[in-house]
Amino acid sequence: MISFRHVTKRFDGGVTALDDVSLAITEGELLAIVGSSGSGKTTLLRLANRLIAPDDGEVHVSGENVADVDPIALRRGIGYVVQDGGLFPHMTVADNIGITPKLIGTPAGDIAMRVEELLELVRLDRSYRDRYPHELSGGQRQRVGVARALAAKPRIMLMDEPFGALDPLTRDALSDDFRALHDDLKLTTVMITHDMTEAILLADRIAVMTSGRLIAQGTPTELTASGDAFIDRLLSSPRRQAERLQHLMAGSRA
Amino acid sequence: MSLGDPRWSEAFGHLADYLGSHIRVSLAALALGLAVSLPLAIAARHRPMLRGILLGMAGVVQTIPGLALLALFYPLLLALASLSLRWFDAGFSAFGFLPAVAALALYSMLPVLRNTITGLNGVDPALKESAQGVGMTPRQSLLMVELPLALPVIMAGIRTAAVWVIGTATLSTPIGQTSLGNYIFAGLQTQNWVLVLFGCAAAAALALTVDRLLSLIESGLRLRRRFRTWIGLLGIAALVIVTLAPSFGRSGARVVIGAKTFTEQYVLAALISQRLQAAGLATSTRQGLGSSVIYDALASGDIDVYVDYSGTLWANQFHRDELLPREQLLAALKTTLAQSHITLLGELGFENAYALVMPRARAEALGVRTVADLAARSGGMTIAGDYEFFSRPEWRGLQKTYGLSFKAQRVMQPDFMYAAVASGEVDVIAGYTSDGLFAKYDLVTLDDPKQVIPPYDAVMLLAPKRAHDEAFRAALQPLLGRIDLPLMRKANLRAAESGAASSPASVAGWLWERIGKR
Repeated sequence: MISFRHVTKRFDGGVTALDDVSLAITEGELLAIVGSSGSGKTTLLRLANRLIAPDDGEVHVSGENVADVDPIALRRGIGYVVQDGGLFPHMTVADNIGITPKLIGTPAGDIAMRVEELLELVRLDRSYRDRYPHELSGGQRQRVGVARALAAKPRIMLMDEPFGALDPLTRDALSDDFRALHDDLKLTTVMITHDMTEAILLADRIAVMTSGRLIAQGTPTELTASGDAFIDRLLSSPRRQAERLQHLMAGSRA
Repeated sequence: MSLGDPRWSEAFGHLADYLGSHIRVSLAALALGLAVSLPLAIAARHRPMLRGILLGMAGVVQTIPGLALLALFYPLLLALASLSLRWFDAGFSAFGFLPAVAALALYSMLPVLRNTITGLNGVDPALKESAQGVGMTPRQSLLMVELPLALPVIMAGIRTAAVWVIGTATLSTPIGQTSLGNYIFAGLQTQNWVLVLFGCAAAAALALTVDRLLSLIESGLRLRRRFRTWIGLLGIAALVIVTLAPSFGRSGARVVIGAKTFTEQYVLAALISQRLQAAGLATSTRQGLGSSVIYDALASGDIDVYVDYSGTLWANQFHRDELLPREQLLAALKTTLAQSHITLLGELGFENAYALVMPRARAEALGVRTVADLAARSGGMTIAGDYEFFSRPEWRGLQKTYGLSFKAQRVMQPDFMYAAVASGEVDVIAGYTSDGLFAKYDLVTLDDPKQVIPPYDAVMLLAPKRAHDEAFRAALQPLLGRIDLPLMRKANLRAAESGAASSPASVAGWLWERIGKR
């Protein structure tokens, strides 16, 4: 569905953000990209909807080289969710959600119906329609962000740390809900996170990046088996947390 | 200054015309300024070079005093108008409205440019990326996201520009644009403080009104209250409509009388106007015109008649520095003016020349009667003159011929010179011979036996299109040769007083009575 073929991206000042990265995401898959800040994961994501162009290599989406398609049409066909939602502060919830259908020229009546549908889908009360983003909580904003990304019925979702700024409870609820949506709507999703636990719990496959290079990819089980020291260290943190939790819970019960 | 004072009713009588013209020129300038600045700002926001150049230029424009900027546009448009006439056979008036709009529009650009660029560049980059991410084209992103978010900052710039333009528009009077500045210029010249205050208050009230309306539009847009936005827009539209209405009724066949920026000119313009009206012609007056503007306005037919002075025309307009006796000078002027098809109808009978002036008592005590007498004592004295005197050929001639050399020279607003010399603040002033304040302060002019100062006969000039208008000429004929120096001085003194009978129109009426009796 999406494939990055030997992409390299250098920014002004000679910083290499991506260094010969190749990665394929198959249809229906939820892939998490994990890495510390500055590892190039956001850059990789932005290549997919052509917010930026690679210096070398090619990016293919739905079988077409993105360099050959109209970037505006490409982006309208891909859902894009960023941290804290990226909602337009001067538009209501309904206007935010309906923006891409409006750009495509969907009739207003159809947009209103679609907005109702999406509010239900992301489990927000319809009374939020006419609120402004600053009147919402962080979790609600993120739900609106997801609804907006889904509005034009995309088959692909790109998510850049979508749940990064949320409290743990909201985050759990939201990521569970999204996984369900992903499966119901048969989406193909690339999600960036710096949280290994979230990646393991949510994703079908994980890609690990550091310093602009893709150093490993695979299911959680495959990654565990890789034996790479860096990946072990990444995986050790959720494991240690789980062990400590288990220990503490067991201790309190005794 | 009670409300019963007739000067109030006189001031109110002009309000519709002055305020209407003021609003028209201000809003036209603001609209033009916005139409130019907004696209430029949008184009420049991502181009640091262009942005630097634009803001730099707009900043330089801002440092040019408003009066000078307005004055500069007049000759510029005059040249353009003559080119357009030559190339396209279609001329336009370079007088009044157009130069005022162009200069004021230029003046409005800095705040609009700066705030639009700042506002647009201040939009959160994450939101611009969001706009791209949901599939907006750059244009959609600008219109749907960036401009709405930058709106408060942009509107703040527009409001600043509006207040500046409305304030500066008062300075468009000297280039022939009627505005609330007419009150201020006329009031300053005739020492009618009621008029000055009235003009200032009206301009301030207008500026505040427009600012409020713009702020309503802005908050309406920002808070998405359609009602507010509509009230603001309707208010602006109402201003435009109300001010356009009187101009429909105005006939194009009026005779336009020009007046420069001093008392005598206001009185003479009123006198000419009354004579023409008595002959059944409709008139209007363009007051407070700059000395160089008024001649060009006459030559191009924007005004029909005004009074100038032979020496001024000779030296300032035609840049001649040879000194000719009175009759030869008038003959030479007639010939020169005829080349531009301007008619020198005749002399009024008095001169308004530069003269060195002292208090009578002081001059007698010192035994000074002529400039030559003064030369022996000038080393310890201070002289004051108007803005241009010390750069004029007369002054150089006086210095050279009589060997004058003063301890100090001071430049003063003409109205204050007379009081300064009367109080001993300065010893000598370069005054104007027809000024009414001679009697008030008991001043004398010093003789100029070597005739260094050229004659400054008041002469009536007619625009080319009035050259053969017999009715027009006949109506003005009775004024020629009938106003002598003492009479003009008395008239000017009356006009400089602050009583109810000091308006140019009532002084002109008084003057006509005296002329009629002769």
